[in-house]
Amino acid sequence: MTFRSARDLEEADRRDPGLRQLRSTWAPPKGFARLKEINNTFIGMLYVLTGIFFFVVAGILAALIRAQLAVPENDLISADWYNQIFTMHGTTMMFLFAVPMMEAIAIFVIPQLLGARDLPFPRVSAYGYWAYLLGGLMVLTSLLFKVAPDGGWFMYVPLTGPEYSPGYGPDFWLLGIGFIEVAAIAASIELIIGILKFRPPGMSMDRMPIFAWYMLVFGFMILLGFPPLVLGDILLEVERAFDWPFYDADRGGDPLLWQHLFWLFGHPEVYIIFLPGAGVLSTVIPVFARAPLAGYVWVVLAAVGTGFLSFGLWVHHMYTTGIPVMSLSFFSAASLAVAIPSGIQVFAWIATIWSGPGVLFRAPMLYALGAIFIFVAGGLTGVMVALVPVDFQVHDTYFVVAHFHYVLFGGAVMPVFAALHYWTPLVTGRLMSETLGRWSFGLIFLGFNVAFFPMHLTGLRGMPRRVYTYPADLGWDWLNMISSIGAYMVAAGVAVFLWDWLYWHRKHGQVAGYNPWNAGTLEWHSVTPSTNFSMRSVPIVSSTYPLWDEPELGDRVDRGEFYLPDSPDERRKTLRTGSVMGEPRQVIFLPHPAWSPIIAAIGTATFFGLAIFKLWWLCAAAALVIIIAGIIWMWDAEPLPAPNRYDVGRGETLPVHINGADTHGFWAMALLLIFDAAAFVSLIFSALFLWTVNRDLSPPVPEAEPGWALAAAGLAVLASVFFRLGAFANRRGSMIGLVLGPLAGLPAMFASGGALMGSLFDAGISPTENAFSAVYWTFAGWTGFHIGVGTIFIFYTLARALAGKVTPERRQSVMNVELFWHFTTGLALVSLIMIHLWPRVI
Amino acid sequence: MGWQITSQSNPRYDSMQGIQSVFEPRSIQADAILALSNWVFAAGSLIFVLVMALLAWAIISRRRHPPLRNTVFIAIGGFAFPAVTLSILMVFTVLVSLHITSPAGENAVRIHVTGHMWWWEVQYEGPDGERIETANELHLPIDRPVSITVTSEDVIHSFWIPSLAGKVDMIPGHVNEITFTPTEAGVMRGQCAEYCGLQHAKMAFYVVVEPAEQFDQWLEEQAQPAVEPVPDLLKAGQQAFVDQGCGSCHAVRGLPGAVGQIGPDLTHVGSRLSIGAGWLDGSVGNLAGWIASSQHIKPGNRMPSFDRLDGKTLRALAAWLESLE
Repeated sequence: MTFRSARDLEEADRRDPGLRQLRSTWAPPKGFARLKEINNTFIGMLYVLTGIFFFVVAGILAALIRAQLAVPENDLISADWYNQIFTMHGTTMMFLFAVPMMEAIAIFVIPQLLGARDLPFPRVSAYGYWAYLLGGLMVLTSLLFKVAPDGGWFMYVPLTGPEYSPGYGPDFWLLGIGFIEVAAIAASIELIIGILKFRPPGMSMDRMPIFAWYMLVFGFMILLGFPPLVLGDILLEVERAFDWPFYDADRGGDPLLWQHLFWLFGHPEVYIIFLPGAGVLSTVIPVFARAPLAGYVWVVLAAVGTGFLSFGLWVHHMYTTGIPVMSLSFFSAASLAVAIPSGIQVFAWIATIWSGPGVLFRAPMLYALGAIFIFVAGGLTGVMVALVPVDFQVHDTYFVVAHFHYVLFGGAVMPVFAALHYWTPLVTGRLMSETLGRWSFGLIFLGFNVAFFPMHLTGLRGMPRRVYTYPADLGWDWLNMISSIGAYMVAAGVAVFLWDWLYWHRKHGQVAGYNPWNAGTLEWHSVTPSTNFSMRSVPIVSSTYPLWDEPELGDRVDRGEFYLPDSPDERRKTLRTGSVMGEPRQVIFLPHPAWSPIIAAIGTATFFGLAIFKLWWLCAAAALVIIIAGIIWMWDAEPLPAPNRYDVGRGETLPVHINGADTHGFWAMALLLIFDAAAFVSLIFSALFLWTVNRDLSPPVPEAEPGWALAAAGLAVLASVFFRLGAFANRRGSMIGLVLGPLAGLPAMFASGGALMGSLFDAGISPTENAFSAVYWTFAGWTGFHIGVGTIFIFYTLARALAGKVTPERRQSVMNVELFWHFTTGLALVSLIMIHLWPRVI
Repeated sequence: MGWQITSQSNPRYDSMQGIQSVFEPRSIQADAILALSNWVFAAGSLIFVLVMALLAWAIISRRRHPPLRNTVFIAIGGFAFPAVTLSILMVFTVLVSLHITSPAGENAVRIHVTGHMWWWEVQYEGPDGERIETANELHLPIDRPVSITVTSEDVIHSFWIPSLAGKVDMIPGHVNEITFTPTEAGVMRGQCAEYCGLQHAKMAFYVVVEPAEQFDQWLEEQAQPAVEPVPDLLKAGQQAFVDQGCGSCHAVRGLPGAVGQIGPDLTHVGSRLSIGAGWLDGSVGNLAGWIASSQHIKPGNRMPSFDRLDGKTLRALAAWLESLE
């Protein structure tokens, strides 16, 4: 039989116990307890709604900006309000809309696209979502009290430093955004592992849906691109709170250090936003062109290439800071080079359209075509601003405002609207209105160009950015008026979209049924709306567009012919497959709804919220809440049923629990440490940078007894050895060895951290003295923080051991903790080198 | 207190339009940048039209494949074409970059500008190497290279005169240099281009490019101390300046006690085109308005509104300042 409507499914449900089991296993909790739900479908939906909420808020701020600038010398909005408004417009759009929105779409759609029941760590997604919501609201609240950050979304020091911004504004930014970065990292780790390890059998990497490729690059870019900002944030907050002078030119610091750290993040950030958008275009265009994506390999290489190149361009935001022109030319060339992968993608889209039997102009396709138009224009002005002489003139003018709005609207906003039109039926089971879609597209597309095209001219005619008003008669008056009119057209278009999306189509939209767009990818394999568990059974896939190449596949999935077609034990589970070839390897028991993620998120929000007001003791209490929630959360990790095999259907069984470097838990720890290491490398970069810019001050040599440093190094290595021995003993079945190893390693590590700080005390180095001494103490503090976290991990592991949850067969958590400890030892050693060796050899 | 158009009281130029525009270059460097920009704008527009035409053709076409094989089409359009054009562009651009950043040479006019929130401290290097201080206005000779070194006393600002050159950032702890050679006389406007806090929007200045003799004369005048007031009104104005303690923030060379460094040097404030850093036309009425309500005109600047002054004192003070030519 075939499934073409919801009624067919109901029919099947009555006769099919497997489907019934799946439904009850994956049913969300009822009533208020629904907030416990951690399933990606639910969390993804909330995530998307929240992303659009912040988009609307940031859009309202944009409307206020355009109202103020519509006429010269306007006194509608005062300078202090205006500065908060434009800062919050940029901040909200970048940190609360663009990046989270892409994560949101991916969290919702990636498991369905990949035939997985959920993402690898559903509680991490839930925690990330709640952290994002609370952090975002926290930052927005500051606006209600007129204490919002007003230093621009780029937060340049010294304007945002303790001297020129003594208020709370920058703290809201630094801590609120820092908090949201936590959510971004959670999502990136989740997506990387989800894409690499949670695909359906048979989906080797060369058959992955193109969107998954883009999101994989996206995940790695967040993992490596956010750390410099996280470090810069920490340094600035420490400078504000404790007067450590990293950016203070009078004490050997440098305001340009902030700019380097910010743009080391900020430029990859642009592509972090653009790549998912391009991924949507590469997904939507083939569907409506009715042809497979042309040049799949080229597009994959272009996405990966963009990811690499984007880390080499950051200085093009700093052409005017006095860097020698030949150095600038290097970054100029790199900035031009990034046009090549973008060009490849545009030509791949054109070739795809050419290959099909004719384009279907449905709303998602209109948005996609609009996106190409706007993005190509933005890309070409991007070439212009990449040229050093041209940028000398247009930098920080409305020309740049026009340029990056073209790039981001074409590369992100239009694709988001395309994606929402395209994938919403998966949530509501109904298609959005084509008529309203045309209206919203027309208004947004036209309005956008009316608003932003004139800004190229406004900028060339000399109008700088971020001015709350401007004198009449300089040639900017009517251009600004036109821009404001265009902005309100965009607002009208967004309103039409929202009306349709939130209300109209849910009441009156055409029922979407089965595969309404005739798409080729797995999320459309069955009747919409999709279920919490994505697929009745996890299919075997043999091409990039399985629904096109095997028209019967959807029905076979729905009949439960493939893997995991039932759930007699009422446990949520999914399949883990090999990263490259996608062969089944393991059944993962997924967690069920729980309060711990939301409690941990509230704890985190409280922590950051209190830190804004420097209430350190209450912060410690909030940290305790996070730790307790985390331990409760992790307690049921590593389920090991007896026997350790699960019948996945088709006469096959797979292990439920495995140990080793192949597990998703180990990968998560490794990816987290990659993030951590990238932030630590940014700290080393900061030390080297300060050394190169300081002419009068060189890194002070800590004149301490050499015994301190040697002891610290020796003890750190000793701690690692003890831990290795403990883990080794566990493998041999020795419980005593398992307990003794960490218990011996812990004091050694504490002594090592103590000796590291002791060496600084002994040398009389105070962190407020100059930028280098502050950096030394940051190295020491970084190591100390890891020792603290590692201590919690150790006691957690020991508690598990005592509860009988650590055995030779269940050693994964020990392995993860051990990895963390060796990493900490590495940090201690590198810190010692940077503090004691480096100043002596330079 | 509305903004008054500077042109109404300054016959030296006719219109505000274009005095702060990249499209009105008046130096060798600004010319070179505009020429490069125009080429790139033209080429960019052409490429945009071509790509959109290809897209339209792809939509209309019924032949079910691009003119070439898919991968060849992508390789040529997406890879080879941009690689070649961008390489050529890069070489061309580096030449322009080197040209516009070449050193100013020995006979350059040397000026040091320091950014403050939200005004410009200007120091000319005199013929004998002495420093001549003024604020919020530059005068430059035609056809002589100019070297301007910039820094900041507080936050980051950016120094920008679109008609003469690109931007250069003023960063605490750094000294950056920009060089250019003006080629045409006229009045231009410059503005801070790096967001620098509350009144970033009202941090501008005027630049007067004039023949060499006029420039030399102007510089000589600027080097002089302030003139002694003769009429009673001006004497009263000077007295008010002393009584109100204005000198603790503002320097007026030649007036004992007026050595403040917090605000602009006022020794020749009467000769300037604007007050409030390029925001108000420098008329006597605006001077009085500024003194009485600077916090209303430019909220948050460091000068308090002297609204306690009676009308007579205010008029005298403004008249004296206006007389400092």
